[in-house]
Amino acid sequence: MADLLETPVGEHHGPAPQRAKIQIVPLKGLPFAAAALVLVTVAIATNWTWLLMFAHVAGGGLWTAIDLFVGLVIGPILGRLSIPARAEFSAKFMPAMVVIMPTLVTMNLGSGFQLARKLGNLSATSPNHAWVIASMIVVGIMATIALGILEPANIAVLFEMNKPVPNGERIGRLMKRFIYTAGITGVMQLATLVIMTRIATQ
Amino acid sequence: MSDSPLPSGDRHFPPVAWMTTGALALVVIGGIVMASYAPRKAPLGVAGGLLGLAVLLLLAVVVVFTRVRDFAWPTFAKVFKWALLAYVIEAGMIEFSFVRNHTSGTSLQIVTGMLVIFAVSVPTTIAFTAARFADS
Repeated sequence: MADLLETPVGEHHGPAPQRAKIQIVPLKGLPFAAAALVLVTVAIATNWTWLLMFAHVAGGGLWTAIDLFVGLVIGPILGRLSIPARAEFSAKFMPAMVVIMPTLVTMNLGSGFQLARKLGNLSATSPNHAWVIASMIVVGIMATIALGILEPANIAVLFEMNKPVPNGERIGRLMKRFIYTAGITGVMQLATLVIMTRIATQ
Repeated sequence: MSDSPLPSGDRHFPPVAWMTTGALALVVIGGIVMASYAPRKAPLGVAGGLLGLAVLLLLAVVVVFTRVRDFAWPTFAKVFKWALLAYVIEAGMIEFSFVRNHTSGTSLQIVTGMLVIFAVSVPTTIAFTAARFADS
């Protein structure tokens, strides 16, 4: 796995300046991701309401907060930084996102579906049924954007940055795609906040 | 396949990422249809039709891949295998949730099919996006 996780750069191509390696998948983060997935598996297997609620709220709260923060705060700031500053920030920030976001999404969705079923919110007679379906639609759109556009752009930027001579124009274009889609999912998270607070208070 | 360079210096590739993302979108819609009916029986015709369309899209991607020239296959394979591992684990968790909730029979088969599409389409999108800009 080391071949994907850590790609040396700037060592074999003449004039290219020596740059730090970028770990595309930070190994240090994997035990935490694995622990989170074990937690969700245990929550689903035991059907323990508190643990399901914990995994759902912790995963969802962090997912929402990070999406909003990245999309509406970090993104615009990043867009105004100089190219070298943007590259340095991205080299540290984007590998972390590769591990954090899929883990939080899995925690949130896995436990959320189980919780909705256990609490009867999926039942057609539940007053929350329509809200749960609405949340599934919002999450479905966000997941398609995140998995189909945002995450591939994230990985492609890291591969480009690990090249001996990265293409700045290409990185800028992929970063723009990352920032715009993070902004869209960030705004959609506002809908999730409305839906989830409605479900919790019906 | 057309591989003339774009003004940015990037080569033109077939819309593989859009096709795999389309397949993902179809199974996401199918998954929502299935989940929205739980614990009742979902209309399997709708979900099965969406799954069939997603399978066709992925098969079209395979055909497209056979016609792509000068592609960075080593990069594609490297990214695809690890992404596939990650998404198979994720799909396995979702499958576990459905099995835990007593989904069975044709419904489970359709859910499993959708999860296979999910576990294959996302790594394909990621690996293709990384490989299209790599040196072939």
